[in-house]
Amino acid sequence: MCLDLQALYQEIILDHNRHPSNFKKLDQANYVLEGYNPLCGDKIILYLSLHNNLIQDIGFQGEGCAIFTASASLMTEAVKGKTVEEARKIFKLFHDGMTTSKDNHIPFDKLSVLSNVKKFPMRVKCATLAWHVLKTMIDPVSDDLDK
Amino acid sequence: MEMKPNAIDLVRDDFPILKTSNRNRPLVYFDNAATTQIPSQVIKAMTDYYIYHNANIHRGVYELSERSTLLYEGVRKKVQNFIHAKSDKEIIFVRGTTEAINLVAHSFVRQQLKPGDEIIVSEMEHHSNIVPWQLLCQETGALLRVIPVTNIGELAIDEYEKLLNARTKFVAIMHVSNVLGTINPIKQMITLAHAHHATILIDGAQAIAHLSVNVQDLDADFYVFSGHKMYAPTGIGVLYGKKKCLSKMTPYQGGGDMIEKVSFYALPVFADFPAKFEAGTPNIAGVVGLGAAIDYLMQVDLSLLRAHENKLVDYALSRLINMSYVRLIGQSDTRISIISFVVDRVHAHDVASILDVNGICIRAGHHCAMPLMERFNVPATARVSFSFYNTFSEIDHFLLVLEQIRKMFLCV
Ligand SMILES: Cc1ncc(COP(=O)(O)O)c(C=O)c1O
Repeated sequence: MCLDLQALYQEIILDHNRHPSNFKKLDQANYVLEGYNPLCGDKIILYLSLHNNLIQDIGFQGEGCAIFTASASLMTEAVKGKTVEEARKIFKLFHDGMTTSKDNHIPFDKLSVLSNVKKFPMRVKCATLAWHVLKTMIDPVSDDLDK
Repeated sequence: MEMKPNAIDLVRDDFPILKTSNRNRPLVYFDNAATTQIPSQVIKAMTDYYIYHNANIHRGVYELSERSTLLYEGVRKKVQNFIHAKSDKEIIFVRGTTEAINLVAHSFVRQQLKPGDEIIVSEMEHHSNIVPWQLLCQETGALLRVIPVTNIGELAIDEYEKLLNARTKFVAIMHVSNVLGTINPIKQMITLAHAHHATILIDGAQAIAHLSVNVQDLDADFYVFSGHKMYAPTGIGVLYGKKKCLSKMTPYQGGGDMIEKVSFYALPVFADFPAKFEAGTPNIAGVVGLGAAIDYLMQVDLSLLRAHENKLVDYALSRLINMSYVRLIGQSDTRISIISFVVDRVHAHDVASILDVNGICIRAGHHCAMPLMERFNVPATARVSFSFYNTFSEIDHFLLVLEQIRKMFLCV
């Protein structure tokens, strides 16, 4: 396999695509939001069980490419059990890692594999879709979410 | 006749881009249905235009403008001959297929529609041959009726016959599907439309580079296509309309060149067609490029090259059919060199990305045909589309990468 390809489809991406974590409908979710990328047809429904400012559980369902599925899966792992503030911080690390032109990686554990997608600008939206849905759900404007 | 390998090499030499790369690999260009590459003859004609003949047309009294005008109007004749129209006045230059369809919708169909009238399209149409009609229906209260597509990707002609009735005002159908590759029986469909006194437009975007088109023999009322899918540049296309249709049409855009007389004390007097529908300074260099592309197609042995295209698609299909993890979307035998497929459990965008890093450019997505994706219950397909400059070894390379994809994603 050539280097670019290895970078884009690292084993961890392929694994998460085959067996995504938290790929489930959360019946007890108190927040549900859908996201859609009309360009490639990627679709996601994100479920949050959010209490006392804490992401107690998270799940997603959807349909899309490997980059999309793996990114959503890794995201759910990264923010599960975290407070809303922590999740926002993780989003920012991810977002900065994906948008800066420099080669720097996302300084967060497994998420760093996603920064390779930057070499494929047409695919960046696949990697960011789930994250933007999450961001909308935990944005400061919805701070009154849950008490 | 067996294709001599050097004939294809010679053709490839005409297309400078084929010697370049994609992601540091030799370029394999399999997205010809999206846009075709440009031969150096066309590039030279456009460069020469800018070096030697650039001037606005129909305006200057000086020689340079005369030359530019002659070049521009000369291409109208070339297009007329290329599609066998009766007169060069029936050739209108537009931006592309999309603009041509919108022009017909706005200037021909709109004025005729009453609430309850019907327009027929098909389930396999490109968005550009759906949305203008939806907009028109919304505005006038007319209804859009849709010819279904069969499981193998052909139009259900019996259903078409049932849809035609006294309220049918207009039919708009693609000659060749940009997703399925299917060649539709448009001659028969035109006859049927005329039997019901309906006018018909044929979207020839995918046909024009691959089939010989004779608008008089077809008896098409309108036939439209884009230059950039027939080895000409982007931003130029053709609306062919029968004289009797064009003469009924109201202006599309107002401006210079489409007008005979303008005064603040009288109604404007419009120029006759084709000028009536070519308001403003047109894409002159694009028209020159289109003319050069037609010259190019006349100069090569087109029947030999088209036979080569057919062999390429037959070969690719014969191999793909035997790959159990590949599902073909569209299996009509009456087809051109376009193949859509899905790979078991691998999204079309992953397929396209992996081919991309191997130098191979293919299209993945809904191909501006969302209703057709719905029909086949897929979110997206991967699509390869061949031109005469493609080769068997490129297809072998492509098939090899497909096999890699299977291994990567399915671990088998
Ligand atoms: C069948 C068909 N119709 C219409 C179009 C639109 O052509 P253009 O974008 O050149 O206007 C295309 C191009 O993708 C096409 O394949």
